[in-house]
Amino acid sequence: MSIDVETKKTVKSITEKYKYGFTTDIGSDKAPKGLNEDIVKLISAKKKEPKWLLDWRLKAFKAWKKMEEPNWSMVKFPKINYQDAYYYSVPKPKKKLKSLNEVDPAILSTYEKLGIPLEEQKRLTGVAVDYVFDSTSVATTFKDQLAKLGIIFCSFSEGVQSHPELIKKYLGSVIPYTDNFFATLNSAVFSDGTFVYIPSGVKCPMELSTYFRINAENTGQFERTLIIAEKDSYVSYLEGCTAPMRDENQLHAACVELITFDNAEIKYSTVQNWYPGDENGKGGIYNFVTKRGICRGNNSKISWTQVETGSAITWKYPSCILLGDNSIGKFYSVAITNNFQQADTGTKMIHIGKNTKSTIISKGISTGKGQNTYRGLVRMGPKATNGRNFTQCDSLLIGDKCGAHTVPYIEVKNQSAKVEHEATTSKISDDQMFYCRQRGLDQENAVSLIVNGFCKEVLRELPMEFAVEAQKLLGISLEGSVG
Amino acid sequence: MLKIEDLHVNVGDKKILQGINLEVKPGEVHAMMGPNGSGKSTLANVLSGRDGYEIVKGKISYLKENLLELEPEVRACKGLFLAFQYPVEIPGVSGMNFLRTTLNSIKKYRKQKELDGVNFLKLLRKKAKILKIDEKLIKRSVNTGFSGGEKKRSEILQMSLLEPKLAILDETDSGLDIDALKIVANGVNKLKNKNRSFLIITHYQRLLNHIVPDKVHILSKGRIIKSGDKNLAIELEKKGYEGLV
Repeated sequence: MSIDVETKKTVKSITEKYKYGFTTDIGSDKAPKGLNEDIVKLISAKKKEPKWLLDWRLKAFKAWKKMEEPNWSMVKFPKINYQDAYYYSVPKPKKKLKSLNEVDPAILSTYEKLGIPLEEQKRLTGVAVDYVFDSTSVATTFKDQLAKLGIIFCSFSEGVQSHPELIKKYLGSVIPYTDNFFATLNSAVFSDGTFVYIPSGVKCPMELSTYFRINAENTGQFERTLIIAEKDSYVSYLEGCTAPMRDENQLHAACVELITFDNAEIKYSTVQNWYPGDENGKGGIYNFVTKRGICRGNNSKISWTQVETGSAITWKYPSCILLGDNSIGKFYSVAITNNFQQADTGTKMIHIGKNTKSTIISKGISTGKGQNTYRGLVRMGPKATNGRNFTQCDSLLIGDKCGAHTVPYIEVKNQSAKVEHEATTSKISDDQMFYCRQRGLDQENAVSLIVNGFCKEVLRELPMEFAVEAQKLLGISLEGSVG
Repeated sequence: MLKIEDLHVNVGDKKILQGINLEVKPGEVHAMMGPNGSGKSTLANVLSGRDGYEIVKGKISYLKENLLELEPEVRACKGLFLAFQYPVEIPGVSGMNFLRTTLNSIKKYRKQKELDGVNFLKLLRKKAKILKIDEKLIKRSVNTGFSGGEKKRSEILQMSLLEPKLAILDETDSGLDIDALKIVANGVNKLKNKNRSFLIITHYQRLLNHIVPDKVHILSKGRIIKSGDKNLAIELEKKGYEGLV
């Protein structure tokens, strides 16, 4: 057998086994399948929510029933039967935990397999982690330290209990419950998520991080995240996901809302690695996410950095509403589609205030039969005097069965605004491959190196330890793309 | 080290190499000279394993193995290095990262200890200093926006870092000014030792003023028509290829 054939075989055997494909056996407490008012009420009751929140959920559910799945994106998938999924599941209730030693060892071992050094290592590196296991937080660290600064970092359900006034004030203020089909669904049935509040003048001293993980079969994941940065504050938040092997498609419709006041900044980074489906396009997560931030205050700033390597379908457009004067929005994205993965992702930069600035750097990589679409809107409102946008949109194709698409929308209603759009499409050349191989790199590593170079402008926006993880992920996601 | 026997190579329907015989022993420096289109670069590409060449006939053994059966990266890991005539740009990949990745890939293959960032940097600085190459070059993206001379210098630095057993220099001297030429020659001379061999492919004799070859071969129309010592290169310089063919 020639080495070439052997290499291909090895690569194939690797891609067949999704690296993070395993499940943890912990009995889950599920609501019955299907979606109706009673399920919404059950979720709310399980979480001991106040009436206003139940009412909000019910309003959303009512609105959702009248809505239709959007069909304007490039992604194609069989019709989802929303009545054939579970909308609530929670790991078996345990007594209140005082220390991590009390956490289910099965859960801890799951994280270990993922290579997530739980607690101690994280403590040493200064990262406080709020783990979301399925839908309920199992462990929160560093809370005391953060509390001293007045920072609230907790699960969403906990936030509802401890700070209902804040949640009531801001929930749905960026993404109204009527916003879109998936966001509205989320509003009705969201299970848990993260709540972060940074008080005026406080710079959060550590990266806040949440690892999400889908674990129970057929469970939709409806996370809800709300981050508020008061005047002169700063926070960097990391969200990372990995999911176990599944044959059936799983729906994931998360909502993330960010709010910044005068001179405040939120840096939101995501590494998304949900199960992408197998090499024949079977299985994989449907990831329909609504992420939006509003720069309410003057001189405030929101930046989204995302590395999207997973999911069978990715549908997300982390956006910025630049309301305050001189506010800044940034979007840095790497999206990889391999095998039958489809991604339709991009951003919306809505310039409302004066002297608002936005930057969009998007890197799309397609290989196998993957389809990658950048879809972005830059809108300069009538009052956005001296508004400024720069967009760079690069696509890299590996192989000849994949596709890259760029769909930019630009609306300018102010004469003084400037909008720039640059786009390129390229392929990894044979010369580049040969050069790398002549220096001792095999094909997989050569592609990984070249792709990492292609994505550098985005990867360097990630916090250090995340960047390393992201680079590894790019390599894993591209396995089987050459040869 | 390297033994080529009756090598015939086609590109498409075109016969490029038509019966090459060559033996390079450990520690030897061979110069392969010849006019444009004589098959010099084809030889370099076939040795390093580039696609697109049909081996019609012949054998190549390298360190007693059948070279033609090895993937390009395996050849590299076994110590075969090609300094490219046209080094390719890899935007976004810093030279530092590229070199460390390749060096560690080779070390891994050889079951040697891989270098961490700190030790790699020490090694790189040492090598750059010996070769009088500005280390700023390595901080930029691989070959991206490099001048011709910078590209060739970067190739020599890579060579010295990867410490090959057999280094093939494919017209590394072409397009270089005299200073750059000296750096390249200096690089080769510093690396010369009794176990390391060089195959230097060149048009001109001038590089051979700085690197003294053990053997000089003249390639014409896919065949080695004449072999000799360093004096052959001098003779060639006087008479031109026309005079020898």
